[in-house]
Amino acid sequence: MSTLTQKTRPAKARKVRRYSTTDRVVLALMLGIPALVVLAFVWGPALGSVFLSFTRWNGVTAIQPVGFQNYEQIATIYPPFWPALLNNVIWLLVLALVATPLGLFLAVLLDKNIRGTRIYQSVFYLPVVLSLALVGFIWTLLYSQNQGLINQLSGAHVNWLGNSDINIWAVLVAASWRHVGYIMVLYLAGLKGVDPSIKEAASIDGANQRQTFFRVVFPVLKPINVIVLVVTVIEGLRAFDIVYIINKGTNGLELLSVLITNNIIGEASRIGFGSAIAVILLVISLVFIVTYLVQTFRKEDAR
Amino acid sequence: MSAATLTPGEPDSARDGAAAGTAGAATPGAPLPGSRPSRGGDGGADRKAPLRPGRVILHVSLILWGAIWLVPLAWAVYTSLRPYAETAEKGYVSLPDTLNFDNYVAAWTQADLPHYFLNSLYIAVPAVVVVLFMSSMAAFVLARFSFKLNLAMLMFFTAANLLPQQVIITPLYRMFLSLDIYNTQFGVVLINVAFQMGFCVFVLSNFMKALPDELGEAAQVDGAGVWRQYYQIVLPLTRPALAALATLEFAWIYNDFFWALVLLRDGDAMPVTSALNNLKGAFFTDNNLVAAGAVMIALPTVVMFLALQKHFVAGLTLGSNK
Repeated sequence: MSTLTQKTRPAKARKVRRYSTTDRVVLALMLGIPALVVLAFVWGPALGSVFLSFTRWNGVTAIQPVGFQNYEQIATIYPPFWPALLNNVIWLLVLALVATPLGLFLAVLLDKNIRGTRIYQSVFYLPVVLSLALVGFIWTLLYSQNQGLINQLSGAHVNWLGNSDINIWAVLVAASWRHVGYIMVLYLAGLKGVDPSIKEAASIDGANQRQTFFRVVFPVLKPINVIVLVVTVIEGLRAFDIVYIINKGTNGLELLSVLITNNIIGEASRIGFGSAIAVILLVISLVFIVTYLVQTFRKEDAR
Repeated sequence: MSAATLTPGEPDSARDGAAAGTAGAATPGAPLPGSRPSRGGDGGADRKAPLRPGRVILHVSLILWGAIWLVPLAWAVYTSLRPYAETAEKGYVSLPDTLNFDNYVAAWTQADLPHYFLNSLYIAVPAVVVVLFMSSMAAFVLARFSFKLNLAMLMFFTAANLLPQQVIITPLYRMFLSLDIYNTQFGVVLINVAFQMGFCVFVLSNFMKALPDELGEAAQVDGAGVWRQYYQIVLPLTRPALAALATLEFAWIYNDFFWALVLLRDGDAMPVTSALNNLKGAFFTDNNLVAAGAVMIALPTVVMFLALQKHFVAGLTLGSNK
């Protein structure tokens, strides 16, 4: 903090300005208080999860260190773990390989300056403003076995949400319904930022629309692609509300997030064990978060 | 859910290549995306939109997709307007004899929805106000001054918003118990503030960085302290970003399901989104009531979105399109 300077244009040499003691204290508080809140209620608990994952604790008696025992048990004798992990992976893949390309596709269509584009955008974006819990609620109206739209329309008697072989896919349709609009908005913003002259140059060089998109436009969208990737991964890892509202994340709808929650607020209260699952989720997310941060802030440093 | 939550972005995108067309979401004074007028007057062949076969196919396919997209919501509205007795007799897929708001009245009173809506307000309004206030201060310091830990601090904030909520819930739950804020709406406000801070700091600092440096310099010459610089100069200029964030954050906090579910024990204190879990089954006994409840709970964010669409989209893309 000793070299506190007012930001100047990157091109200019930094002017070092001295600030009064009052100003320094004010600045420290303005940054310090919000930082403290985040430290205390986000990063502190994240570290707490790491610590607790190496212990056994039921919340009442003393905390017992147990080394890697929780992790061993999760991998070997905890039946829901692997199905939950698999479901998370499926979730991620469906969002990344189905919903995201669909969002990109819609964005490309809507970027063509067509009549009524705002109306189309609103329609596709509408599900994004609903909570995933509510999305689950609304889709039960379509999936319900006896009263649902799909079965009544088709005459089938499929138990869409109750059959553990298919319910994950049914839920993923609902989750994708919401994800597509989100991705569409991100890509639309990105596409608006693409310099039209590079598209023109490509078409003068004889590239057709598809070539122009994949060879010229898509590469320029790289920063947006990174954001979309991270958004998608984080959504995939965070998924919770929709399965919890449908059947509390059981019977084929197990997810890591649900297992963590069940281990701390269920009757069992196996805090160390739940924390170990949380740490597994933390490590997976950190890989992507760090990638994202490096991408985003790399050039900032050079300023 | 929470909705996802982030859209932080790549601060360099504007400078690399994209600069020409980017009306810069984060450029103060420039129109926010969504309100943007059509792109420059360069009309390439495909931009003038005459009615060619390609255009027709495009419109037909968009209309089809759009219709499919609206089915779940339209179905919920349709179901909610029909009396249960009629749907039980004729099936849900049938033409209506009667359409009325009886299900809404029943869901509203039986499930005590007004109570839960108020809870949502009690949580979301203070949370949005506090998180915007705090994050604008932090963003001001990070964007307008440079010191050694600048970048590290920005990462510290941004990354916090990207963690899955479940990663921190165990220690948080124990912490809330020992601080005696478990099962209080204050506690839920607090965690929403802490968790949303990262996104707001990121977006606001990007926005504030784009304000001219001379502002601060001029203020200093006038002898204004840093607080006055923040409060009287930078903050008013940040209004567009604050409006966009307020809209988005209100929706996200209103939509949050998880924090209240775990950190509140009494169903009575729950905001409406988390209360869904208890209401399902207990009060919403048939699909018609479920539909009416769902439509009412969707209404606040849907109406907000339709009225403030510009802010919504701006908020989401502010970070991604600097």
